[in-house]
Amino acid sequence: MSALALIRDALRLMVGVPSYQAYVDHMRQKHPDRAAMSYPEFVRERQLARFGGKGNPRCC
Amino acid sequence: MAKLWKHAPFIVLAVIAALGLSIVATTRGEEVSALWIVFAAASIYVIAYRYYSKFIAERVMKLDEGRVTPAVRLTDGLDYVPTNKYVLFGHHFAAIAGAGPLVGPVLAAQMGYLPGLLWLVTGVVLGGAVQDFTILFISMRRDGRSLGELIRSEIGVVPGLVALFGAFIIMVILLAVLALIVVKSLADSPWGTFTVAATIPIALFMGVYARFIRPGKIGEVSLIGLALLMLSIVFGQNVAADPTLAAIFTLTATQLCWALIVYGFIAAVLPVWLLLAPRDYVSTFLKIGAILSLAIGIIVLAPSLKMPAVSVFMDGTGPVWKGTLFPFLFITIACGAVSGFHALVASGTTPKLLANERDARFVGYGAMLMESFVAVMALVAASILEPGIYFAMNSPPAVVGTTAESASLAVEKMGFPVSAETIVETAREVGETTIISRTGGAPTLAVGMAHVFAAAFGGPSAGGEATAGSAEASDTGGKGMKAFWYHFAILFEALFILTAVDAGTRAGRFMLQDLIGTAVPSFRATSAWIPAITSTGIVVGLWGFFLYQGVTDPLGGINTLWPLFGMANQMLAAIALTLATVVFFKMKRERHAWITGVPTVWLVTCTMAAGLAKLFSDDPAIGFNAHARRFSAALERGEIVAPAQSLEQMSQVVANDYINAAMCVVFMAVVVAIVGFGIRASFRALRSERWTALELPLTVSE
Repeated sequence: MSALALIRDALRLMVGVPSYQAYVDHMRQKHPDRAAMSYPEFVRERQLARFGGKGNPRCC
Repeated sequence: MAKLWKHAPFIVLAVIAALGLSIVATTRGEEVSALWIVFAAASIYVIAYRYYSKFIAERVMKLDEGRVTPAVRLTDGLDYVPTNKYVLFGHHFAAIAGAGPLVGPVLAAQMGYLPGLLWLVTGVVLGGAVQDFTILFISMRRDGRSLGELIRSEIGVVPGLVALFGAFIIMVILLAVLALIVVKSLADSPWGTFTVAATIPIALFMGVYARFIRPGKIGEVSLIGLALLMLSIVFGQNVAADPTLAAIFTLTATQLCWALIVYGFIAAVLPVWLLLAPRDYVSTFLKIGAILSLAIGIIVLAPSLKMPAVSVFMDGTGPVWKGTLFPFLFITIACGAVSGFHALVASGTTPKLLANERDARFVGYGAMLMESFVAVMALVAASILEPGIYFAMNSPPAVVGTTAESASLAVEKMGFPVSAETIVETAREVGETTIISRTGGAPTLAVGMAHVFAAAFGGPSAGGEATAGSAEASDTGGKGMKAFWYHFAILFEALFILTAVDAGTRAGRFMLQDLIGTAVPSFRATSAWIPAITSTGIVVGLWGFFLYQGVTDPLGGINTLWPLFGMANQMLAAIALTLATVVFFKMKRERHAWITGVPTVWLVTCTMAAGLAKLFSDDPAIGFNAHARRFSAALERGEIVAPAQSLEQMSQVVANDYINAAMCVVFMAVVVAIVGFGIRASFRALRSERWTALELPLTVSE
């Protein structure tokens, strides 16, 4: 992975959004029958997960 | 030979650390460069990482790179994703670093920089980083389960419930103390209040933008948001200079308190995309940026330390907080040395993202060392200020009064002479009307950061240009930069504290719904309207109560609430470390159980000693009950004891004291219960001939 991609992924994961590419690859390999979420849908889903009670509690 | 050579760099680091520490510890009367502290701490971290964490990883945990992690076995592209270890380090660090490591060391600086430094460094190496690492390890071997679930399965159902309840109370105190820090920084500061208030419309705009205009464009919307925030800081100066606008944004502490309570409630029931998520973006990026800049600034500037290594307040009579070194220093600095809250993060999202077992060392142990380093920088930022200014800012109004003259006189009596003019000038430089008794740590850190940033980086000249019309701006000249950086620092702290308040209220609401749900199952439905509103109301009411109590406390609130928060946080750490110790016993690795056992004993000792002192000390400045007795005795005589101003306030003080004492009892009961259950579980495991830990069976990658 290039340094820039690394930094981009790190910044995204800091706000709770993991790699979209990894998600798409996973869906294509393991669930080819199901449609993968679009990137905006993916971000929205991660947002709800982060603050919907299952995400990380925020530290002091 | 080759084997020995690989240790050479670490021997060099050990020499640097020893030299640095001996210089900062023994120099008297001359100014010492802050770089010695920074280099000594960094060298110790590197050595500890190389040797101690390696020992734990290889000998105690026996981390196995062939073993499949939850991220690999349960990959779903969402919660479980094998992630690059540097990316994951960033995620974990951003989740554990917050206001705690910045505020605690600033408050601890009243004893001089040396005690705080030594505790930060030893505490993290032997306690805090070990806790984060072991909990991450334990959760990783159990599909990334949460702390409560881990305690329930490894120690028992009752201890699991007790721990959940403890975590909930800690959350309430944490939110109250964080909100109090914001109130203390913004009271009577139109510039600060304006910029922080401006974050609400900015976040709403960003929310709409990222949802409807350019869906999912996080980076783009964050850059726009950050630019708007900078503009709001610059414009804040005009607000402060304009009499009409300044009047609107000059709020008293009590008004701010109510505003925060109302805001907290609304923010917690709004959809996350609208306010919370966009604010989370800017606060996270600003936090990382500000921390990096502070590190660079300190190294570039190499400021000298003005605070003595050890101050006269080692005896426990300091104005910032009361109590002797043991046990109170060890609860004043919680985050940065050991923070129980991290156990919740280490058993949250991080264990579900580890691609390889061996990454747990870098992410768990390493990120906590980094947080400790942030705390060391906060300590430096507080110690490069003139001590007189530090004490004028951090003493309660009951000690320093409200005028520059009274403050100058009071701190001179403490042995830190500073002229009234210097106090007034410092306030003017940072664009405030007063800096006297701006307690809570954040404003002090902001003055220190402004000093470092203005000297190391200069600042946007816009700070001067924006007020080119006003006569004052032209004669302050370069000081406009300091004012800009001061408000930048206040905004950065207030922003991530408010994000924590939003997110924490929501998390507290889910915790409460879960707890009540054990009795009334229908309460668990997280999308139902009535349970949501009721439990949000309860959570906001609880932290709002402690916030109001802190705001109206004539002794300043931080004095009372910070020790409660520190105790709560260290008790959660003791609980987490107890779990880790039990698990080592159950893995039949009792020979190495001391790695978590020793810090557990130390934390239990400190928190119990502090708790007992808070309950039974005869000194009203320390003991809640002694304080209550003094006030109720006076109340019976119909007297009013300063700083209370009416009989009503007197009974309020008494009631608060008893509530705080009750909180203390609850914390202590929680920790005694968990440690008791933990000891029982350990003995059982010791008697058992075989492994009894409930780790998931080993799966090896193909």
